[in-house]
Amino acid sequence: METMHFEQLQETLYKEKLDNGLEVFLLPKEGFQKAFAVFTTKYGSVDDRFIPIGGTEPVQLPDGVAHFLEHKMFEDEDGDVFQEFSRQGASANAFTSFTRTAYLFSSTSGVSNSLETLLNFVQKPYFTDATVEKEKGIIEQEINMYQDNPDWQNFFGLLKAMYHRHPVRTDIAGTVSSIYDISKEDLYMAYETFYHPASMVLFIVGAVEPESTMKQIRENQQAKTFPDPEEPVRFQADEPEEVFEKSVTMAMPVQVGRCLIGFKEKNPFRRGRDLLKRELSAQLVLEMMFGQSSDGYASLFSRGLIDETFSFDYTAEEGFGFSVIGSDTTSPQELDDAVSGIIQSAQREGLSEAAFERLKKKKIGFFLRAMNSPEFIANQFTRYHMNEMQLFDVIPVLESLTLHDLDEVLQEHFDLSRQKSVHMIYPEESVTS
Amino acid sequence: MQTMDINTIRTHIEQLDTFKTTTLVFQLRTRLERKDLTEKALLPSMLERGTKHFPSRQHVQGALEELYGASLSGDVVKKGEHHVVTIKLEAANEKFLQEEVPLLERAVQMTASLLFYPNIQDGAFPEDILQEEKRSHAQKIQSVYDDKMRFANKRLAEEMCDGEGYALPVLGMKEDLEQITGASLYDAYQRLISEAQMDFYVVGDVDPKETGALIEHYMHPDREHMPGEYQLPAHEKPADVKVVKETQQLKQAKLHIGYRTGISFGDSDYFALQMANSLFGGAPHSKLFVNVREKESLAYYAASRLESHKGLMIVMAGIDTKKFDQADAIIDEQLDAVKQGDFTEADVEQTRAVLMNQIRETMDTARGLVELDYHSKTAGTKLQASDWLDALASVTKEDMIRAASGITKDTVYFLQGEES
Repeated sequence: METMHFEQLQETLYKEKLDNGLEVFLLPKEGFQKAFAVFTTKYGSVDDRFIPIGGTEPVQLPDGVAHFLEHKMFEDEDGDVFQEFSRQGASANAFTSFTRTAYLFSSTSGVSNSLETLLNFVQKPYFTDATVEKEKGIIEQEINMYQDNPDWQNFFGLLKAMYHRHPVRTDIAGTVSSIYDISKEDLYMAYETFYHPASMVLFIVGAVEPESTMKQIRENQQAKTFPDPEEPVRFQADEPEEVFEKSVTMAMPVQVGRCLIGFKEKNPFRRGRDLLKRELSAQLVLEMMFGQSSDGYASLFSRGLIDETFSFDYTAEEGFGFSVIGSDTTSPQELDDAVSGIIQSAQREGLSEAAFERLKKKKIGFFLRAMNSPEFIANQFTRYHMNEMQLFDVIPVLESLTLHDLDEVLQEHFDLSRQKSVHMIYPEESVTS
Repeated sequence: MQTMDINTIRTHIEQLDTFKTTTLVFQLRTRLERKDLTEKALLPSMLERGTKHFPSRQHVQGALEELYGASLSGDVVKKGEHHVVTIKLEAANEKFLQEEVPLLERAVQMTASLLFYPNIQDGAFPEDILQEEKRSHAQKIQSVYDDKMRFANKRLAEEMCDGEGYALPVLGMKEDLEQITGASLYDAYQRLISEAQMDFYVVGDVDPKETGALIEHYMHPDREHMPGEYQLPAHEKPADVKVVKETQQLKQAKLHIGYRTGISFGDSDYFALQMANSLFGGAPHSKLFVNVREKESLAYYAASRLESHKGLMIVMAGIDTKKFDQADAIIDEQLDAVKQGDFTEADVEQTRAVLMNQIRETMDTARGLVELDYHSKTAGTKLQASDWLDALASVTKEDMIRAASGITKDTVYFLQGEES
């Protein structure tokens, strides 16, 4: 077991790569009653085309398989795994993103029983035709819930506008019709291809004792046999650099419209420190142009184009990345024009040194605040790790950024002519309150 | 937690070295009523727009950024028939920073400035800022319609508690909002400052004595005495179940059911009721989750929660419009099962373990510690956060059955999709 100490943050991280390839990280935190564990595989909704383990030909599974699989892992011969966690006084959950599937629990009465349950249920698939059929009604309701959610519609509408064919443009849960095509064979195929311990990361933070916990994990894994690891073969979509459609509007039965503006990353294959630097720079540029202390925010607000739902972010994963800026608004088109105007003038006039120093402090404070949250630490650490980044590098990388780094991102990433899409939702005529 | 009265503010300081930040939460509690309803809902965003010392949003936000990105949030919530305005500020603890800055002092100063030194010109909030915030607030009220779960909750409260304070929407009324002027809002602000029960929490690695001295030095609400407690009216249980159905263009219908429990926070059976609710619909092992979702595949979510300060229980489920009768019947059956004691001792232990875990988890966050303690302050009981665990430990199956026996179905609100 290796240890890494981070002096400024007063944190110590313990790590080990087991014989079967599983990577384990433990971060004990004094004063916490809770332990939070997350067991993650690098398999998400974008991994829709791959060569299955033992196969030679690529297959394309129905949309929504990764998410469906996540739901079905919680059932074994004896029934519902949720029940087992709650008997231990733990609460369990899971989520599927574009690139990852994560299984997690939190417990305040010792980590060991729930950890055993977590490792065992995720490493033991059990699907029957009947249990797969039964899940379809539940997931159909989950999809319908998102169909009625204008912010979700706006976000996926924007992704569909930015991307020509990359699977990031497909809803993570699939569609009501695609999930009815999913069979137990699909689930087993996806499971065997993507749930090998060598593709997975286990992170535990909070009330956890490193020596005994690592020993428990080692013993649990040694008692199981796995085939030799094979790196799954995935297919990257042949995605052009520029956006697919520049502007899309949609009508929905809402009272307040929506506008979401996206900038598509030109080079979505950065890794490691490069990616971390890119991500932090882009987020800082957005803060400088649109943060609450900016002239841009003040002008959008006083012109009545945004309200407190206004937000922005930059995110990138292997194969795709984007900035988004958006708000509830009664004037989506005017907001789009005004945002472009603010970006153009920043590109013309450059960024302010004083604001830059202030906003770096803001980011450092945000990071310290996030370090109070076991959930944030575990999920972000895993995400960073799978992109070869190191969560605890955030403060040093922030401190090393220069205005020049930011200016480069401002000119290159916020390319109004080729990389920008906007998705707008207008209220339908028939809507009444 | 150390509690003391400082300058008419009930101050609570919890010294803990668990967190890398210090959390300051200021609560102003008044009765939930139509008078000043919308003004109180608008005030947090107006106060954040500027103070005497920091006259614009850019000054306020710039100062927060200098405080290593201290986060500021103003909010207004309903706790039963209490209306609570909250200002929360969270700042980094200086010991994790390279430079030496007295962040706690500046955070207390900033909170005081926001609450007690608003940006007032000639006895009124500035007209231009007011217009901007009124427009934004009107949009916020309007957009409740776009979030169907919130919309259905609001409609259920209106239908079920018609004539009671609880029916009032927490964000206020659009027609009242239009009438607000800079001067009328300042009047409402002054009434709030003189009448509200004020509780100020500071949680983090802070010295209680030093913190108390800072509060005494900086925080001066414009009033002489602590105001007396207001009384809330009692309400009768319903004679019949009221059913309200409304139609919108929806993919998923929302079934929300309101019950009167007859038990509020502070009553002796409150923790037994919590256990009964958790077993009925408060967790993934609950009867609703198992039967509505897992057995019948009717819903992705089907859950119940308590409104502790009003004595209500609310069930929420997202279902297909055509499944109304089936879902409503299953939910009734599950509640009857709890009332009749159709559960095992193992179920009781499982429920207890789940709830105790939830409470311990809540105690692991600064905000959660404040929330737990503020329940007691709101209800006027002496219960400490740690007493919750002892209270849960002693609940028996009989207690749960007794608590559940008083639960009465009041109103069914169904927001259904259009036939297509």
